[in-house]
Amino acid sequence: MIEVQNLTKKYGQKAAVNNLSFTVNDGEILGFLGPNGAGKSTTMNILTGYISSTEGKALINGIDILDEPLKAKKLIGYLPENPPLYMDMTVGDYLDFIYHLKKCKLPKKAHIEEVCKLAKITDVYKRIIKNLSKGYKQRVGVAQALIGNPPILILDEPTVGLDPKQIIEIRTLIKKLGKRHTVILSSHILSEIQSTCDRVIIINNGEIAADGNMEDLTQTVTGEKRVTARIEGDRDEIIKVISGIKGVEKVTADIKREKNAYDFEIEVTDDIRAELVKRIAARNWILLGLKSDEMTLEDIFLMITMGDQEAAAKLEKMESKKNVDENIKQQSLYSASAVLETHSVLRQYEENKRLSKYGTNLEASLDVTLDQEEEE
Amino acid sequence: MGAIYRREVKAYFTSPIAYVFITILFYFAAQVFVMQNIVSGVADVSAAYSGAFFILLFIIPLLTMRLFTEEKRQKTDQCLLTAPVSLFSIVGGKFLAACTVLLVGMSEFVVFAFIMNGLAGSLDWAVMIGNFLGFLLLGASFIAIGEFVSAMTENQVVAAIIAFIANYLLFQLDNFAASVSNEVISVILQNVGFYPKYNEFTAGILSLKSVVFFLSVVFIFNFLTVRALERRRWN
Repeated sequence: MIEVQNLTKKYGQKAAVNNLSFTVNDGEILGFLGPNGAGKSTTMNILTGYISSTEGKALINGIDILDEPLKAKKLIGYLPENPPLYMDMTVGDYLDFIYHLKKCKLPKKAHIEEVCKLAKITDVYKRIIKNLSKGYKQRVGVAQALIGNPPILILDEPTVGLDPKQIIEIRTLIKKLGKRHTVILSSHILSEIQSTCDRVIIINNGEIAADGNMEDLTQTVTGEKRVTARIEGDRDEIIKVISGIKGVEKVTADIKREKNAYDFEIEVTDDIRAELVKRIAARNWILLGLKSDEMTLEDIFLMITMGDQEAAAKLEKMESKKNVDENIKQQSLYSASAVLETHSVLRQYEENKRLSKYGTNLEASLDVTLDQEEEE
Repeated sequence: MGAIYRREVKAYFTSPIAYVFITILFYFAAQVFVMQNIVSGVADVSAAYSGAFFILLFIIPLLTMRLFTEEKRQKTDQCLLTAPVSLFSIVGGKFLAACTVLLVGMSEFVVFAFIMNGLAGSLDWAVMIGNFLGFLLLGASFIAIGEFVSAMTENQVVAAIIAFIANYLLFQLDNFAASVSNEVISVILQNVGFYPKYNEFTAGILSLKSVVFFLSVVFIFNFLTVRALERRRWN
């Protein structure tokens, strides 16, 4: 269990972390989410005893990291933002060094072998770290955190710089580790947190902006929900009808998606979908699509880290950009698939399928594109 | 401490640094040994040491410059400082590793001694051991100073230059003593300078005062290195 109490770290006058308090229970995977420079790494560095806090306490299983650093550090496996690798060592030598550095008591050969298997680095065991790819280096970094089987793992942006395949592998590994370890994971990639973590702490300007599981967060941020319906028919008439439904707050229809059809964005306080369909059918309009928009982590994140209005503006911008991106991606993918064997694209799709659909990173948009492709 | 010591020694010998250090030391000591002892037929090996000790000022910074600067640059210090080891064992492990390379470099002196012993029929072993010990203690002091400088700076080259200047000044302090009018400072300078202390060993005198002096220098600078690492944590 990790308890953080009123943690503050000041660099000169500026507080990198300001009065942070939270608790991580055993067996929990906690996601630490925030923009660059929010104080994620600083907090993690304090928790692992790399730097000290200006004020406040960090307790690891009840042991204060400042009072009894050696005892507390023994409980933690840490993967810093840049994996701390000695470039001129082989993977085997490096892990052997870490094993002795951590004064590990487990049977050496079997333990290192097990860790290598978990991190999938057995095939590079004898190679010099300098010559490994970024993905392998990152995995060696994960492996060194696992040595000694510490009950707590702190991973600072473990998937940065990896390709989509490696990202999935690392995420699967983290989920697997979450069964045996308490994990704190930081990231500024939203889909990553969404797909791996039980609980999320959003941190902004060194302060906790939100804390809870995904559902809680959605609840705290939004009182209302949104439904988008694509309906073919007379725009003004439709707005009038929809506005008449109980539970509808506001209807807007600015985007014409298909011939004679608009997307109606309806802000609701209640579930109006059944009523909506009935009334539309009664007027002989055609319902082309209906979807209930839930807040994504991205929306929540933006709402929290910026003002609501700013967030709204930014969201709109991102949405339109996403559409353009998707088009470009789709086109390039088509031309690519003409060159590539179809099965390789399909294989990639299978891999990407497991990913969350949200987020702005590559694999997510690839996923969306492939979904569409499949529909066609 | 063991893990860090072994890693450092290995790092020295997988990079060119240890070989450059040992080669330079071998070359200068051997040159003086051949000229002063073999050619001129003098049995006192002190000359070989005096040929090597001045070069020590220049090459010890080679050994120490990367000790902490490289850790900072590669961010590997994060691995050491978050591992369940004390700062003293980190600093001590690195210090002993550098001393090991120095000892390997000094192995030639043993060879010289036996050559001289064979050629001359007898050798003043007290002078030989005094020289060896003095050289080792002087080197260890320079290493401790260099290690401290390395922990204080970010750049290898800067660390090497500052370590060299610091070594040089400490070695020469007694020379400045004569030109200082203040008597107290003059006495202090005379007693803090490394050279007179080192000189006692070369004469074959094993002075407890000098041994304690150099060991104190080693301890103080290792301690300061620990403080420097701690200070970084608090900043």
